[in-house]
Amino acid sequence: MRTISFDGVIIGGGGAGMRAALQLAQSGYKTAVISKVFPTRSHTVSAQGGITCAIASADPQDDWRWHMYDTVKGSDYIGDQDAIEYMCSVGPEAIFELEHMGLPFSRTDEGRIYQRPFGGQSKNFGEGGQAARTCAAADRTGHALLHTLYQNNIKNETVFFNEWFAADLVKNQDGAVVGVIAICIETGETVYVKSKATVFATGGAGRIYASTTNAHINTGDGMGMALRAGVPAQDMEMWQFHPTGIYGAGTLVTEGCRGEGGYLINKDGERFMERYAPNAKDLAGRDVVARSMVLEILEGRGCGPNGDHVKLKLDHLGEEVLESRLPGICELSRTFAHVDPVKEPIPVVPTCHYMMGGIPTNVHGQALTVDAGGDDAVIPGLYACGEVACVSVHGANRLGGNSLLDLVVFGRASGLFIEKSLREGIELRDASQTDIEAAGDRLNALNERESGEQVAPLRHELQEIMQNHFGVFRTGEFMREGIKKLADLRERVENVALADRSSAFNTSRIECLELQNLFETAEATAIVAEARDESRGAHAREDFTERDDENWLCHSLYFSENKKVAKRGVNFTPNTVETFQPKARSY
Amino acid sequence: MLQVSLYRYNPETDDAPFMQDFAVETGGRDLMVLDVLELIKAEHDGSVTYRRSCREGVCGSDGLNMNGKNGLACITPLSDTVKHGRLVIRPLPGLPVIRDLVVDMSLFYAQYEKIQPYLQNPTPAPTIERLQSPEERAQLDGLYECILCACCSTSCPSFWWNPDRFVGPAGLLQAYRFLADSRDTATEDRLSKLEDPFSVFRCHGIQNCVNVCPKGLNPTKAIGHIRTMLLNRAT
Amino acid sequence: MATSIISLRRTGLSDWLIQRASALVLLTYFILIACQLLGSVDYISWRGLFDQTWMKIFTLLAALSLAAHAWIGLWSVTTDYLTERLLGPKGKSIRLLCQIGTSSALIGYVIWIIVIVWR
Repeated sequence: MRTISFDGVIIGGGGAGMRAALQLAQSGYKTAVISKVFPTRSHTVSAQGGITCAIASADPQDDWRWHMYDTVKGSDYIGDQDAIEYMCSVGPEAIFELEHMGLPFSRTDEGRIYQRPFGGQSKNFGEGGQAARTCAAADRTGHALLHTLYQNNIKNETVFFNEWFAADLVKNQDGAVVGVIAICIETGETVYVKSKATVFATGGAGRIYASTTNAHINTGDGMGMALRAGVPAQDMEMWQFHPTGIYGAGTLVTEGCRGEGGYLINKDGERFMERYAPNAKDLAGRDVVARSMVLEILEGRGCGPNGDHVKLKLDHLGEEVLESRLPGICELSRTFAHVDPVKEPIPVVPTCHYMMGGIPTNVHGQALTVDAGGDDAVIPGLYACGEVACVSVHGANRLGGNSLLDLVVFGRASGLFIEKSLREGIELRDASQTDIEAAGDRLNALNERESGEQVAPLRHELQEIMQNHFGVFRTGEFMREGIKKLADLRERVENVALADRSSAFNTSRIECLELQNLFETAEATAIVAEARDESRGAHAREDFTERDDENWLCHSLYFSENKKVAKRGVNFTPNTVETFQPKARSY
Repeated sequence: MLQVSLYRYNPETDDAPFMQDFAVETGGRDLMVLDVLELIKAEHDGSVTYRRSCREGVCGSDGLNMNGKNGLACITPLSDTVKHGRLVIRPLPGLPVIRDLVVDMSLFYAQYEKIQPYLQNPTPAPTIERLQSPEERAQLDGLYECILCACCSTSCPSFWWNPDRFVGPAGLLQAYRFLADSRDTATEDRLSKLEDPFSVFRCHGIQNCVNVCPKGLNPTKAIGHIRTMLLNRAT
Repeated sequence: MATSIISLRRTGLSDWLIQRASALVLLTYFILIACQLLGSVDYISWRGLFDQTWMKIFTLLAALSLAAHAWIGLWSVTTDYLTERLLGPKGKSIRLLCQIGTSSALIGYVIWIIVIVWR
C-alpha cells in the first residue's frame, strides 16, 4: 500500500473541513482535504436561512452575550458554556472574515449584512423580545458559504483529494491517530494517508432515518470510523427534527420562512403555535415546534386525506418578499410539493435534520475521551469539527443558524490550534505495518466476502427501525424493541455483500462502507436514547416527560466496545460572563 | 412500466460503451429521474454508476443528459422528460466518461479555476464587513447561484471543441460574478486574462447554456456584459 | 486591418470588432449593389458606376472586409474542428495546411478584385 504524508489531513470537504483547511493552508503547512464528493457537493450547500451571529447590523445594540444566553437556553442547559461563549464571542470576527473572502451576503440599506429573525432568538437575555440575528445570503447562505470557502482554498492552493473515501483510522501503538486508510474512488486504489493531525469534518448522519432533510452522502462516516477505533460518542440521543421538511419529499424549508413572517397552520387554518408557545409562537425552539406539530397531527388536526402533516403559510407575505428573500424556497416548493407558496401554503412535517451529538471535543477541536479516573483525556492526533463534533455548543437542541456558525468558528479554531501545535512540534510514533493492516481489515473483508445480503434492503431496514422506534417521541419499551432489532441487524450489516467488484468508480463498495458507518451511528443513538430516562431538548420521552436535572444535567458518553453509556459533566464555567443557571425552558 | 435506456461503460470489462434497457415499475408516480436511477441500482443492477448528493438541486452532482437534454436528475420529474414512455439517460456530453454516467470533470473545473474565482481586494479590510449597497449586491443575483453542475458547459458546442481554451458558460458566469462585485478590485487583471480569441470570444451566442441551466441562470447575458466591459476598456 | 488580423498580438476583442465592422461594410455595399440591380442596369451605367473613384475605394473596402470576415470565421472553424484533440498529433499540420490554403485563396481574391476594378 502506498503512503502519502501530510502535516494535516482533513476528512470532509464541507464548511467545517474547508474552513479548517483554509486556516492550515494559509499557515504554509502541507495540508490535504480528503472528500468523498467534489467539495461544493457537500451538504453545507443545502443550508438555507443563514448564520446566526451578533454582528450588530439589524440591531446596533446587539450583544454576543444575548446570543450566548439564547444558545444555552436552546441547548436545554447541556451545552458547554465555555464553548458557547467562545463561539458567540469569536463569531463576529469569523463572519467578517467570510465577508472579506467574498461571501455575497444580502444587504441592508446601510450596506451592512442583512440579518433576519430565527427561532429561539431574543434580546437582553430573553427580556427584550424577538431578535434578528441570522446573517443571510437570500435563502442560499450555505451554498454561498461553501462556494466562498472552496474558492479561497483554490486561492491558497490547498491540496484536494476529491472523490476519495476515508475508510478507517490508523492508530499507532500508543493509541494516537496517525492518519487514515483512504480509497481513490475513480481508480479503486487504497493508500495510507499519514498525518500529524487528522481532522474529522465528515458531517452528519441524517440518513439513519427514513425521512430526512439530509443529502444521500450524510452517512456518519466520521462517527463510524471513530466508534470502530474506540473513540466515544457524546449526546448521540440528541437528533433534531426540523419542523418544516416538505411533506413526502423531506427536503428542507428554512426556518427563515417563519423568520420572515410565515406561520404554521393546522387543517382548520388555525395558527396553532400560539397555543404552545404564546410568546415566541412559530419562532420557538425547533424541538418545541416539531413536538407541537406532531401533537396537532396526533390529535386529529393534521392536513391532507390522512391528516398526517400541517401547512406552512407564506402567501400573505406577498410575491415580492418571497421572490427576493426566499427565492430558493419558492423553487423547492414548486418542484417537490407542487405548490406555489405565493398562492398556497406548503405541506410540511417534522423531518430528521441534525445530529447534535458527535465526537466529544474541546474548543480547539481536539477529540476527547475519559481516562480511568473519569477525567477528560485528549486523543493525540485526532480532531473533529462541524456536525460530526460535539463541542458541545448545541447541547440537546440546536438553534437555527447556529450550525453554520459552529462549523466556521470551530473549523477555524481547529486550524489555528493545529498550526500552533505543528510550530511547537508534534511527535507521534509511526504506525507499524500491523497497525496499518489492522485499519484495512474492514475494507479487505468486504472485498473478499463471497456471500451476504445486498446493501439497499439492509439500509432500508435500518432506516425504518430508526424512524419507527427513535422518532420525535420515544418510549422505553418501544426503544428496547428497536435496540433488539438493531442487534439482529448488526451481523447482517457487517456481512453485507459487495455485488460489484470492479475497481473503477465503484459506488457499490462505497455504499457498503457507508452502511456500516450508518449502523454504528444508529446503534449509538438507540442505546443512549434508551438510557437517558428524561425529556430534554430534542429527546422527548413519553414515559419520562419531565427534565431531570438531578440525574441528567450532563452529557451522555457512549463506548462502542462494550456498548456502555457513561455520563460526562457539562461545562458551567465560562471565562468572561456569569454562568447561566438552568431554569424552566419556555418560549 | 417505464422503459429506461441507460448508457453503460465499465473501463475494466467493456471495450466500448453500450445502451442497456431496464423496465422500471414506477407505480404511476411522477418520480424524479434520480429516483428512477436509485430504483434501478437497488432493484435491478447494483453496478449502475452515477453521482448524487443533495437530491434537491443545489449540490450539482447529478447533471445528466436525459432524453437529449442536459439537466439535474434530482429535480427533473418524469413528466417533464419522458416521451412515449421512454427515458434515455446518457452522461453529460463532451467530457471523457469514467464509468456509466460518471464523467471526468477535470477540464470543466480547470476552466473554473482559470478565471480566479475568488474575491480580490488588496486594500486592508475594515474591522467589520466591507459595505455594499443592496443595489450593488443585486448585481450578483443570477450569478452567484451557480452550482457548477456543468449542464451548461457540456451543452455548448464551443466548449465541446475547445474545452481546454474556451472558458465555457459556467466559468464565464463566475468570471462576471467577480467583475460585477463592487468589492473586487482586480477588474483590469481579470479582463486582460479574458481578451484572447478563445476564453470569451468562442461564445457564438447559441444560448444552449440558457436553455439547460437548472437554476434558470443566463450565462450568455453575463458573457455579453464581459464583452461590453472589454470593449469599454479598449476605447 | 489585415495585418492586425494575422499579427500575433490580436485579441478576441479585435476579431469580434472586425467581424462586426466588416459585416456592416458588406451589408452597406450589397444594399448599394442591390439597389443598382433593381433599377435598370445596362453595361454603360454599370461601367459608369465602377469608374468612379469612390466606388473603386468602396469596392476595395468591401473586398478587404469580405476577406477579413471570412478569415476570422474560417480560422474559428479550423480551430474548432481541426485540432489535436479531435484528429490526434496530425491535427496541427492539417489545420495549418487548411489555414494557409484559406489565406492564400483570400489574398488571391483580393488581388484579383483590385486588378479588375483598378485596371
